[in-house]
Amino acid sequence: MQADYLDRYSRLDSPLHRQPAGGKVMVAMAVVVIAVTLPRAHAIWLAPLATLLIVLALVSQVPLRYLGQRMLLLEPLVVGVAVLSLLQSGGWQVFVLLISRTSICLLAMLLLANTTPFSDLLRVLRRAHLPGLIITTLMLMYRYLFVLVDESIRMKRARAARTFAHKRLPLWRNTATIIGQLFIRASERGERIFAAMCARGWQ
Amino acid sequence: MHIPDGFLDVKTAVATGALALAGLGVALRQVGRSLPRARMPLLGLSAAFVFAAQMLNFPVAGGTSGHLIGGLLTAALLGPSAAVIVVSSVLFVQCFLFADGGITTLGANIFNMALIGGVGGWVIYRLFSRMCAGLTGKLIGAALAAWTSTVVASIVCAGELAASHTITWRLVFPAMAGVHALIGVGEAIITVLVLSAIAKTRPELLESSSSSTPDFGQERIGPLIAFGLLISLGLALFVAPFASPLPDGLDKTARALGFGSKAAETPALPAPIVDYKMPGISSEAIATAIAGVAGTVVVFGLAWMLAGSIARRPKALPANDP
Repeated sequence: MQADYLDRYSRLDSPLHRQPAGGKVMVAMAVVVIAVTLPRAHAIWLAPLATLLIVLALVSQVPLRYLGQRMLLLEPLVVGVAVLSLLQSGGWQVFVLLISRTSICLLAMLLLANTTPFSDLLRVLRRAHLPGLIITTLMLMYRYLFVLVDESIRMKRARAARTFAHKRLPLWRNTATIIGQLFIRASERGERIFAAMCARGWQ
Repeated sequence: MHIPDGFLDVKTAVATGALALAGLGVALRQVGRSLPRARMPLLGLSAAFVFAAQMLNFPVAGGTSGHLIGGLLTAALLGPSAAVIVVSSVLFVQCFLFADGGITTLGANIFNMALIGGVGGWVIYRLFSRMCAGLTGKLIGAALAAWTSTVVASIVCAGELAASHTITWRLVFPAMAGVHALIGVGEAIITVLVLSAIAKTRPELLESSSSSTPDFGQERIGPLIAFGLLISLGLALFVAPFASPLPDGLDKTARALGFGSKAAETPALPAPIVDYKMPGISSEAIATAIAGVAGTVVVFGLAWMLAGSIARRPKALPANDP
């Protein structure tokens, strides 16, 4: 499997990884809600929040470089919208506040995602009595996400090995064909999965 | 278009959250009732498919690349209710697995991309694919629907940002709408290419999404009305208050020609809601929003009654299992 880089660090063994998933979800939600709702006058309280998250990040043993990369990957949109806010009156304050708020929320969510396996997260949701259909959908999605990403990479490689198109239109058409084929394969796989689930006594 | 945490204030987050929750509830009810058990894994796999498809890049120009968004594609392939669940699942996983899109803004993202991008786009797609039969109608409908739903979703997104006082409408609207008018063109091209690729190998997958499907059951009119109402409410809340502070075309012409004052003096009928503002409510933006909601409900009711009397019931096609 090539696509395991998507959540490689959620199964490390650190004090933070060993905490129950429910508690971590609550803490992350609390941090996000505080960071979002903190009034502008008390914005200085964002600093201790950020310090807390950085300490947690150090405890979690998730490589800081990785966390930094992920944050940078997500920041362009944040910065893009925030830069627009510079154009309005009093924009400088809004700009700094927006960047610090979203960065704290991003770090909190990244830490949650990288210290909690997704299946544990789904167990929390199930205990919270979310509808079964959505839990099943999320479970199947998580299970087959990596399979389908791998499958699309294989198809792309096979295509690249056979065609030498470097013009844009054929390239677009090729990629679109791969996406269409991916959907067909996914729907066929769904039928096989249902048969397998029934064979194993799924109700 | 994934709004991150911190961009929406409490009232906007709560309002969009309520709209998204209601939409998701309608979709779950409809799918739970009409989806055969054998097709249930398809929801999860379609969500994984959308995710995988979004990772395939399309080169645009100068080293930049874009990717499929997939809301309309899902809706065209699976029907609107299933699309709402699939797109919401994708957004949920992106939020919790990759921190892409915030958790307090999850409601807004679901509303923009699943309800407007999926259901709203599907309505346009269906209109066109019914008007001209065959693959051509489907592809034209898909192209128009993909572009429109992308742009409208971005405009609602801009409205939400402006309603949160993050950025003024005057700045965010042209930026969002302008960028997404281009992104929408890409989305339309990719959607059409993907649909025609599927039509070439497995045409019955496209058929199953239209009218009476053996797969997802008939799209009942009830859920569609509920979706329509939710989308209209969202538009009224987040776009209507900003729609235009300037006089519209007719107003301007009237003023330029000098009969604006004349028209204003003697209204033939006293309007209940003058200039889109509810009487007796002080805050202008809130008053406009409330007036917008009231107007939406009234217009929607009238349109529904009219449509009900005009529309002829489509004949039930014989179900043919693929």
